[in-house]
Amino acid sequence: MAPLLSVRDLRTWFDEEDLTAKAVDGVNFELNRGETLGIVGESGSGKSVTNLSIMRLVPSPPGRVVSGEIVFDGRDLLKLPAEEMRRIRGRRIAMIFQDPMTSLNPFMRVSQQLMEVTQLHLGHSKAEAYAHAVRMLEVVGIPDARRRVDGYPHEFSGGMRQRVMIAMALSCKPELLIADEPTTALDVTIQAQILELIKTLKQDTGASVIMITHDLGVVAGMTDRILVMYAGRVFESAPTAELFSRPSNPYTAGLLRSVPDPTDDSHAPLYQIPGLPPDVARLPPGCPFAPRCARAEAVCREHFPPWVQLTPQHHSLCHFATELFESGSIAPSTSSTATSGLENR
Amino acid sequence: MTEVTKAPEGAAQEAVVGTSLWKDAYRRLKKNRLAVLGFVVVCIVVLASAVGPSIIQRATGYTYDYIPTDPTLVTSQPPFTAPDGSFAWTHPMGTDDAGRDILARVLLGGRISLMVGVISTMVSLIIGIAVGATAGYLGGRVDEAIMRLVDVLYSIPYMMVVIVLLAFFGGRSPISQLFLLFVALGAVSWLTMARIVRGQVMSLKSQEFILAARATGVPAARIILRHLVPNTLGPVIVYATLTVPSVMLLESFLSFLGLGVQAPLASWGSLAADGIQNLAVFPWQLICPGLTMAVTLFALNFLGDGLRDALDPQMRKG
Amino acid sequence: MGRFILRRLLVIVPMLLIVVSLTWALIRLAPGNFYSGEKKLPAAIERNIREKYGLDKPWYVQYGRMLSNTVRGDFGESLKYPGTTVNAILAATLPVSATLGVLAYLLALVVGITAGTIAALRQNSRVDYASMTVAMLGISMPNFVLGPALVFLFALSWYWLPPARWEGFGVHMVLPVLTLSAVYMAYIARLTRSGMLEVLRSNYIRTARAKGLSEFDVIVRHAVRGGLLPVVSFSGPALAFLISGTVVVERIFALPGLGNYFINANLNRDEPLIIGIVAFMSIAVLVFNLLVDVAYAFFDPRIRY
Repeated sequence: MAPLLSVRDLRTWFDEEDLTAKAVDGVNFELNRGETLGIVGESGSGKSVTNLSIMRLVPSPPGRVVSGEIVFDGRDLLKLPAEEMRRIRGRRIAMIFQDPMTSLNPFMRVSQQLMEVTQLHLGHSKAEAYAHAVRMLEVVGIPDARRRVDGYPHEFSGGMRQRVMIAMALSCKPELLIADEPTTALDVTIQAQILELIKTLKQDTGASVIMITHDLGVVAGMTDRILVMYAGRVFESAPTAELFSRPSNPYTAGLLRSVPDPTDDSHAPLYQIPGLPPDVARLPPGCPFAPRCARAEAVCREHFPPWVQLTPQHHSLCHFATELFESGSIAPSTSSTATSGLENR
Repeated sequence: MTEVTKAPEGAAQEAVVGTSLWKDAYRRLKKNRLAVLGFVVVCIVVLASAVGPSIIQRATGYTYDYIPTDPTLVTSQPPFTAPDGSFAWTHPMGTDDAGRDILARVLLGGRISLMVGVISTMVSLIIGIAVGATAGYLGGRVDEAIMRLVDVLYSIPYMMVVIVLLAFFGGRSPISQLFLLFVALGAVSWLTMARIVRGQVMSLKSQEFILAARATGVPAARIILRHLVPNTLGPVIVYATLTVPSVMLLESFLSFLGLGVQAPLASWGSLAADGIQNLAVFPWQLICPGLTMAVTLFALNFLGDGLRDALDPQMRKG
Repeated sequence: MGRFILRRLLVIVPMLLIVVSLTWALIRLAPGNFYSGEKKLPAAIERNIREKYGLDKPWYVQYGRMLSNTVRGDFGESLKYPGTTVNAILAATLPVSATLGVLAYLLALVVGITAGTIAALRQNSRVDYASMTVAMLGISMPNFVLGPALVFLFALSWYWLPPARWEGFGVHMVLPVLTLSAVYMAYIARLTRSGMLEVLRSNYIRTARAKGLSEFDVIVRHAVRGGLLPVVSFSGPALAFLISGTVVVERIFALPGLGNYFINANLNRDEPLIIGIVAFMSIAVLVFNLLVDVAYAFFDPRIRY
């Protein structure tokens, strides 16, 4: 069965004053129907821009999709005329954003914002759209939906607003839902609720989901596969369990080590990948992660790493991918005497 | 490989060069060609107003109030024309009905108009910053009271009161009239300045460096003066640069109506009032001072706009 | 909201009295009086005038009388035009000034909002730069230069429109309205542009686009309301300057409006007329500011009074 979404060699660059920031520079992945894909990375890794590119929402100027293909259900989205792309947005591919505080129009009633979508894409009449809006609010768990639907966004709390956004996104039963850091701006307890909600809705509607986050905890419980992104490229791609048990890229390993282990009593200092994410306008030659990599050798700084296939599902962008995959672990640096749990998996 | 090499900490990091808000803003301002042009024009006008009258006096003997003794010269000539109609350099802007050189008068008018603009703006700055910073910092009842007062004052039809003031108290000597103008126009503009400063102070107040200052026991007055005021400077400068042209415009209205600058002094507004009498026959009498004023205000506004764009980090182009 | 409006309406009376007192104080404290400029009047006539206008009473009595007259809306007779009440003058001149001001501001809104929106949508294009430069010119050009320039062009050179002088509402209004309107058109265009640009950058516009709405819907249904807020709040202080602008324009075009009469009243030291006009304008400013605040709340549902 052909994948629902197939991204090939996507490059999205931003033209700043004298430089070009290559926010996404050669990203490839596929998403099958019914799958949940997690995209993980630090700020600036290109994860959000990738997904904005899929929706063709990249602000342009200064951004532009330089090359690549985004094949959705057999058609290349980048080549579609604007009219047709608009028909897909909101109807077949929907997106929810990070900041529910500012992502809803403060001057419009929630009911109107919900009704717009179905009136436009499903041809609902006002009455139908209104009823549908109330139903959607109930589905996402807004109490007293019938009364609250006529309210304005500022009358809802943060978590509620995110539920409203989810309701809006799922109104037309899209085939693909892109969730861009949907819980980052929320409290931890609300986070869990929202993630549960997305999981349930996904099961009920059969949608495929792309979940973008910088939080490994979020993807662990929700995703079938994970992409790890850094400096505009995919550094590792694997099924979720395998990524956690057999990380085959120093960056992935670093990320995993950075997650504090609540069962660790050793009082060792918390691990952090040294250094800062690179400036994608001024990347060094060779591997973008080399300056911060514990495993880096001369070849890393001179030559761009290969995209190595370790299993048909598991790929890694590293000169030492195979060794890392085979060894099953990456040795910790001598600065920490405690194991960070990696070797205990 | 299980060999361990310690990660080269910070090895490939570029040296992070800090930049202050001002340097950043200055760089952005320089790139804005219109703003730079505005600055240049303003400088030219200021310079011309300052030294122009003396130069003209030395070159042609005309000052702003010199009426020629030769009766044949007591007519209004167009720019660059001698009484017999031939080309002459003497009067680049022509003469008025009394034979006075208009360029000299325009330059003097520039001196006065600019002076009124700058001084009144400074008056409003001082009052506005003092009131706004105090209200913003002290907050609570004091703030409420002050803001109530400001709201009340906002509702006064200012221009009317100013007109009454000038009509009844003016006319004694040109100097005292000027002084009256400084005060009256300064009093008109301080309100918005106070509001802006108060807004800035309130948002700064809750920031951590202020908390630190208070925690170490720095007295309130010192905090206001040495911490809050420098940080509100940005919007204040922008607003001040934009207030100067609007105050100049107000002054020109008043002078146009005969209430502002009095004879024998001149400001662009009063020159325009004189010139408008003869619009159909001697249009240069109005056009010369009018255009000079428009160009100067134009330049000032562009400069102010450029400053605002440079200092406001959110104003990205596109 | 109702209580808010009521409170603001109640505040009008004390505000009015303050402004009027201030004006009265200025007039009385100044040297000279109504008839000091003209030739010396015979003592008997002077006494009659003083008695008629109550000028022989002590100052606090006169002050009290002035206040109570103000509240009752009776400003007496003009000193310069004896036999004509101030209210009559107000009634005759108000329509002229009001029409001038309202038309000018409406024109400014229509042209300014359209121009500003187009500039925002075509940011950094030639249309954008051109219109913003023209707007800048509009702000920098004093109306006593623009007015005569328009007169020179349209009336004296091209004979399209009549020059100054008032002959009723009609084509004679065109040049004055244009002159007065120019600076507001400019301000509104700039405010609309910056307001729209800011809104178009916001996250909720991104959401609207992500829903698949057409550009037209995104702008008209989502962006406009937020983008026009600065224009609404500008309208409040705009009125204060509209007053001064109207005065100058009426002078230039010799229109029989409130502004023109006000200047003359000041030059003539016509106290009752001055007080009357100031009182009226105070009320107008206060009511108008109230309307603007209400309009703002209507536009922005987050504001609750």
